[in-house]
Amino acid sequence: MTIPNIVGAGLIVIGAGLGIGKIGGSAMEAIARQPEASGKIQTAMLIAAALIEGIGFAALFAA
Amino acid sequence: MVISRKPSHLIVAALLALMPLLSIANENHGEATSTHATEAVAPAGEEGHGEGHETGDIRSEIKSHINHHVLDSHDFTLFADDKEGKHFGFPLPVILWDGELHMFSSAEFHHAENGVVESNGKYYVLSHHDGKIYRTDASGTLTEDEKSGHPTNVHPIDLSITKSVLFIIITAILMFFLFTRLAKSYAKNGGIPKGMVRIFEPLVVFIRDEIAIPNIGEKNYKKYMSYLLTIFFFILFLNLFGLTPLGVNVTGNLTITFSLAILTFLITNLTANKNYWGHIFWMPGVPYLMRIVLAPIELLGVFIKPFSLMIRLYANIFAGHIVIMSIIGLMFIFKSWIGSPLSFGLAFVLSILEILVAFLQAYIFTMLTALYFGSANEEHHHEEAHH
Repeated sequence: MTIPNIVGAGLIVIGAGLGIGKIGGSAMEAIARQPEASGKIQTAMLIAAALIEGIGFAALFAA
Repeated sequence: MVISRKPSHLIVAALLALMPLLSIANENHGEATSTHATEAVAPAGEEGHGEGHETGDIRSEIKSHINHHVLDSHDFTLFADDKEGKHFGFPLPVILWDGELHMFSSAEFHHAENGVVESNGKYYVLSHHDGKIYRTDASGTLTEDEKSGHPTNVHPIDLSITKSVLFIIITAILMFFLFTRLAKSYAKNGGIPKGMVRIFEPLVVFIRDEIAIPNIGEKNYKKYMSYLLTIFFFILFLNLFGLTPLGVNVTGNLTITFSLAILTFLITNLTANKNYWGHIFWMPGVPYLMRIVLAPIELLGVFIKPFSLMIRLYANIFAGHIVIMSIIGLMFIFKSWIGSPLSFGLAFVLSILEILVAFLQAYIFTMLTALYFGSANEEHHHEEAHH
């Protein structure tokens, strides 16, 4: 692994972490507002997080 | 994951979570003692560099051990003692197609003096570089490519029962028996399942009510249920097998996740209705110029969806195995009182996290598969589509 690869991998992890963190935080707010919809919100949250994760992993393999 | 309030159940769950620690520590233990022995043999040579050289040696040994673990192999080693050169495990059958069928036990690679096995007049050798079988001559020469270091010998079609294949077969048999028993107990007891297998009922109902019906729809969900249940329990069982001391890494193998993803791809596209293809090639409800722009993007999306399924499952399980094994390897790098409790604690917490990941990845794979099936079966509900 060369230094540009390591820096790139770090940037990818920062980006994916920010994205998943935003989704998690918004889902928390949404559940606090409407606790009865928590099931649907969790499902949507997991799907969105999985999609970001997929992109993140694909980029990590390229790096 | 359901953990009962009873403390005894929690203890059993904690012990199960500790199981990977046991196996991996066992295997590394043998290697660590062997490096001690080599150090004792040659201490006089370079005394100044002894310490640094030795830790570097352990590091590379741990690295090669992890690399060996995450790959598939032709024999099943439970644990090994490198000092005495003993391997505890059993060999698996090697089946090769090289013009004709060759079958022999993988133990022959270890018994033959230079690792060359003769079968029906052809010679085969197991490369230590990548763990693959190559055709060779009687003396066992392997010509290696200068750039990549991979052998350039003929690689026959390998249909062997490897460690991963063995565990796929075991999982298939296990699932067959468990779910046949579950289905039979419904018929026997008038709709109430009985015995050990009833712990699967909530999971089956969960997949039907929370995954299949909301995503695919009340009308079409039944024809996809069998596939959704099969991949969910297949991935779940293999993920959990990967956390046991058996040391298998099946769902963390790109070829296996590729096969699962291609099944989802084929079922999605072969059972799709005309609305699905309409949304790809001639998107309704957008201006005509946009439709031409959108068509190639949507067509690309058809292939990206299963590709991301494949990468996600592989990378999650692969990364989990590597992280747990690296943390256990810390024990042998630190070599002080702090190393063992630190790596024990971290590996314990991570193993519990990995159980969560095992369930979560099985859920995500099934969920997204159901989502794709749902998109392939969508009825047109756009008002302008009626005109």
